[in-house]
Amino acid sequence: MARPIKLRIWRGNKDGGDFHTVTVDANEGEVVLDVIHRVQATQLPDLAVRWNCKAGKCGSCSMEINGKPRLACMTRMNSFEEGETITVTPLRAFPVIRDLVTDVSFNYKKAMEIPAYAPPANLKPGEARMEQIDVERSQEFRKCIECFLCQDTCHVIRDHEENKKSFAGPRFFIRIAELDMHPLDTLRNRKQTAQENHGLGMCNITKCCTEVCPEHIRITDNAIIPMKERVVDVKYDPVRWLGSKIRKREDIS
Amino acid sequence: MSIERYSYDVVVIGAGGAGLRAAVEAREAGFKVAIICKSLFGKAHTVMAEGGIAAAMGNANSSDNWQVHFRDTMRGGKFLNNWRMAELHAKESPERVWELEMWGALFDRTKEGKISQRNFGGHEYPRLAHVGDRTGLELIRTMQQRIVALQQQDGKNNGDMESHIRVFAEVTITDVLVENGKAAGVYGYRREDGSEILFEAGAVVLATGGIGKSFKVTSNSWEGTGDGHALALRAGGKLIDMEFVQFHPTGMVWPPSVRGILVTESVRGDGGVLTNSEGRRFMFDYIPEVFKDKYADTEAEADRWYKDQANNRRPPELLPRDEVARAINSEVKAGRGSPHGGVFLDVSKRLPAEEIKRRLPSMWHQFKELADVDITEQPMEVGPTCHYVMGGVQVEPDTAAAVGLQGLFAAGEVAGGMHGSNRLGGNSLSDLLVFGRRAGMGAVAYLKGNAAKPTLSEGTIKRAQERLNEPFTNTGGENPYTIHQELQQTTNDLVGIIRTKKELEESLEKLAKFRERIKNVSVSGGREFNPGFHLALDLENMLLVSECMARSALTREESRGGHTREDFPKMDSKWRQVNNVSSVEGASVKCVQERAKMLPDELAGLFEKSELAKYFTEDELAGVKGGSN
Ligand SMILES: Cc1cc2nc3c(=O)[nH]c(=O)nc-3n(C[C@H](O)[C@H](O)[C@H](O)COP(=O)(O)OP(=O)(O)OC[C@H]3O[C@@H](n4cnc5c(N)ncnc54)[C@H](O)[C@@H]3O)c2cc1C
Ligand code: SF4
Ligand code: SF4
Ligand code: FES
Repeated sequence: MARPIKLRIWRGNKDGGDFHTVTVDANEGEVVLDVIHRVQATQLPDLAVRWNCKAGKCGSCSMEINGKPRLACMTRMNSFEEGETITVTPLRAFPVIRDLVTDVSFNYKKAMEIPAYAPPANLKPGEARMEQIDVERSQEFRKCIECFLCQDTCHVIRDHEENKKSFAGPRFFIRIAELDMHPLDTLRNRKQTAQENHGLGMCNITKCCTEVCPEHIRITDNAIIPMKERVVDVKYDPVRWLGSKIRKREDIS
Repeated sequence: MSIERYSYDVVVIGAGGAGLRAAVEAREAGFKVAIICKSLFGKAHTVMAEGGIAAAMGNANSSDNWQVHFRDTMRGGKFLNNWRMAELHAKESPERVWELEMWGALFDRTKEGKISQRNFGGHEYPRLAHVGDRTGLELIRTMQQRIVALQQQDGKNNGDMESHIRVFAEVTITDVLVENGKAAGVYGYRREDGSEILFEAGAVVLATGGIGKSFKVTSNSWEGTGDGHALALRAGGKLIDMEFVQFHPTGMVWPPSVRGILVTESVRGDGGVLTNSEGRRFMFDYIPEVFKDKYADTEAEADRWYKDQANNRRPPELLPRDEVARAINSEVKAGRGSPHGGVFLDVSKRLPAEEIKRRLPSMWHQFKELADVDITEQPMEVGPTCHYVMGGVQVEPDTAAAVGLQGLFAAGEVAGGMHGSNRLGGNSLSDLLVFGRRAGMGAVAYLKGNAAKPTLSEGTIKRAQERLNEPFTNTGGENPYTIHQELQQTTNDLVGIIRTKKELEESLEKLAKFRERIKNVSVSGGREFNPGFHLALDLENMLLVSECMARSALTREESRGGHTREDFPKMDSKWRQVNNVSSVEGASVKCVQERAKMLPDELAGLFEKSELAKYFTEDELAGVKGGSN
């Protein structure tokens, strides 16, 4: 059954903008993105919104819904109170392109700064052997859909443009952790460079990133904290000790 | 308006699995490559693939090898596949999967620490390498990270990370430019600010994916508007067998806003059963003659198969997709559907809750969050959804070179031939890598043999520019969203899963009217990130593709794989000899018949003669040497 709802949409571009309130029908089972699409089709045909899969798999439809970083395609309309006005705004940590679309190129630049996976030189295709239990830790981080909601919420850069240069952000801390925990990666000192080159030290473990992650990746507990506790980790982590056949050496200064 | 201008050796349109693999290949041969995509980098439709990637590595069952994979692929496609493509695919898939692992992919493992492989419909052995049910994400991310790794090497070697590969994200290509009968570049615009952009290129690779958005109920992302199919047609290329569209049997049906979203086949591979409103496992009633000896005919045997595959036949839930989709369609039509017009799919009785969450995490998540259904306790409601197009750009199998236009290559879902009339699950991701690489190699070989890059003439550029700007020159015309919705409804109703002559003729009449209507589509607002403008351009592509589908479907008077004619319900060996080839002449689509090639003896010999007899005419069979009896 359709019911009318009020949607307050931020519209504008890099030069500024304003809220635009519309009344639009919402049907049973719909998500915020459905309603935005209805606004596009019937009222504001040039309303800019990014999306691809509408199934929570691609991480394109990131925006802030009532001030919270969310995926519009995974936010159900029935999660709001009857009669509540729903406010949608672009991600705050990134520059606006138009309406709900922001320029997330920051993240792609950071991705290019993380040293790539480095398999052992003598490993031949098809010969890798890894235990399930050893790949699982990295697999958790590889669930990341690059929605950048964690980047958006992290206070280190949310309102601090000046920190962006030296801070890769939670998305890329899990990327470093993933490589660091990869059973076959041979590059040394990933934890240390995370600290020194990618701004891990600026994180003060508020866990806001973990809270917004739509993939429920335990960014802080499973990636950030273990990397921060690197000395202890390398020496005593029994899982790692038993699990990895080829272990990396960490030059601990 | 000024045009941003670039020059590259190879321009790849599409950043899905196929495009990225092609780009890597061309860069590794030392060429300069531009990768262009409509969305952000890493968001291509490939990211949605769930179940896995098919490759006969033999990790789960050592009897598996390329010959068995080849046989399964040909059977799945009802022998209309381009046999050479199917052969290359079966032979090369394992190397492509291992290569991903070398680039950092982390597949699920077997007990021996090898890449784990799971069962899927139509595959004789467990064959799909996978990462839970998010295999596409792993593939895309690995390729994306491989590109970054190469860029880092380039940065080290010559100080510029983008010297050899540059990604142009959120750029939409609207024309492949042709000069002196050769592909010479591409034209398009940047979504961000609407500015126009021109690439001169020695070779162009199309890797634009599928066409699902022409249908109302689809599992595809918004990118699937058949752009590459239309780009090829307009530039002089040809499409083959466009009537073959795969309706995946299990899409979500409720609530309406998620209708069409995919429920991975792994649910059935891992033991999910299909039942109707009477609680009957109806798939036992739909095992077709050609598959009778391969599928269990009792529930007891089907259930035993999960534990002992050597001594039991597989459950009929794992028949190829076209069979299952038609069966579901018939059950619903016969009034035995679920409350929202699907059937029930239940895995909760087969596996413990924890195991379901481990093996099918995104499915659990998807149903919980979007439909309030807990699949560890309740059945899902599912029904067919438009999923994949088997038809596509006609290519040379070894080089992926497009037939009809030099310098143009096509790989991935946009290319036709490989899957015949029906694709097996998991065979697309492997196809992307095998033929993405081959398209890259094809482009490289072509460049090496054609030193001079053709120069683009002003006239060619101007025509592309005018076409791009058309939607803005109309005023007071129709809204593109309305036309899109009506077009989707038309294809769904008239060119859908079950077809008839009358409906197909009606669809062609309707499509002709859409052609008139889209001439007048007008868009409001400016050029900056304007989805209405984008859709206006997409409409033309979807319409062209729909016309090819309808015309080919009308021509083919039989039922085979992803093409079911109610008025010609049987498969007919005479039609196995026919490929429908579409091209554009002036403003109209032309569909002609070409003779499909016969298997060479050494491949025919992989089958028993009695099996070949189900597909080939007597004359053809008489000519086959070898072949076991
Ligand atoms: C939900 C779902 C699950 C699936 N699961 C599986 C599975 O488990 N196993 C399997 O083998 N297959 C699966 N498939 C099929 C498979 O995912 C696709 O066939 C495959 O990913 C297509 O890849 P591609 O590289 O050809 O193109 P895509 O990944 O579709 O990429 C197309 C690219 O082209 C770009 N593009 C398109 N048009 C233009 C234009 N005009 N200008 C610029 N760029 C353009 C897009 O931006 C995009 O980057 C699944 C499909 C779906 C929908
Ligand atoms: S835990 Fe660290 S990375 Fe995460 S939001 Fe807080 S400060 Fe940012
Ligand atoms: S870690 Fe989670 S929140 Fe951050 S980008 Fe990845 S999926 Fe999004
Ligand atoms: S559209 Fe893909 S995550 Fe929302």
